[in-house]
Amino acid sequence: MSEIKKFLYVNRKAPYGTIYALESLEVVLIGAAFDQDVSLAFLDDGVFQLTRGQDTGALGVKNFSPTFRALGDYDVTKLFVERESLDERGLSEADLQEIMYEDEDDGWAEKPSIRIVSRAEMADLMADQDVVLSF
Amino acid sequence: MSTLHTVNKSPFTNTGLQSCLDHCKDGDAVLMIEDGVYGALAETVMAERVAGRIGAVSLYVLLPDAAARGLAEKRMLNGIAGVDYEGFVDLVADHDRTLAWL
Repeated sequence: MSEIKKFLYVNRKAPYGTIYALESLEVVLIGAAFDQDVSLAFLDDGVFQLTRGQDTGALGVKNFSPTFRALGDYDVTKLFVERESLDERGLSEADLQEIMYEDEDDGWAEKPSIRIVSRAEMADLMADQDVVLSF
Repeated sequence: MSTLHTVNKSPFTNTGLQSCLDHCKDGDAVLMIEDGVYGALAETVMAERVAGRIGAVSLYVLLPDAAARGLAEKRMLNGIAGVDYEGFVDLVADHDRTLAWL
């Protein structure tokens, strides 16, 4: 077994205006096969990726927001969302999707994957990583 | 344990530099590349915010990108160091991780 590294995926872009958000999610899903310690960070416009009620039907592009709810099945269970970024955009935690995972170390109890953190806590998280991938 | 932050967008069209300054820690380094080099200019609306971190954070500008855009070093904030491509590589090697503010 190779050494487990801490990977952070930094998401700072809104979902449909550019390809960044979808590409990030694709890379997270691919990377999940490598059994690393994965966290996702959502800050600045990246918080818009997690909002409820996205409907891309009229655009003819894939609404990938439900895919975030599948991340728990890939052991991606830490989605850190910056409170200041939500506040600046008039959003609160209630505007975000409910994303749960089953904790195998706790009798498969359902727990929320989204953790709201302050800007200072986000900075601490970034400083605690082996690898940072930005989107 | 410190981080090299790279910023590649103009601070006048993108919040990357501001967000970087809000998240970088004392002892970190910030390298402005591509259109990010405009963040090194003195006498702009960003200058005070950038200058406020000089000392706590090491600030660098990639000189070939600045030269390409006609940014003379005398128009840049004092305390921002110029680096060439070899210097860029050294910065990456000297820090524990690199975080790109795209």
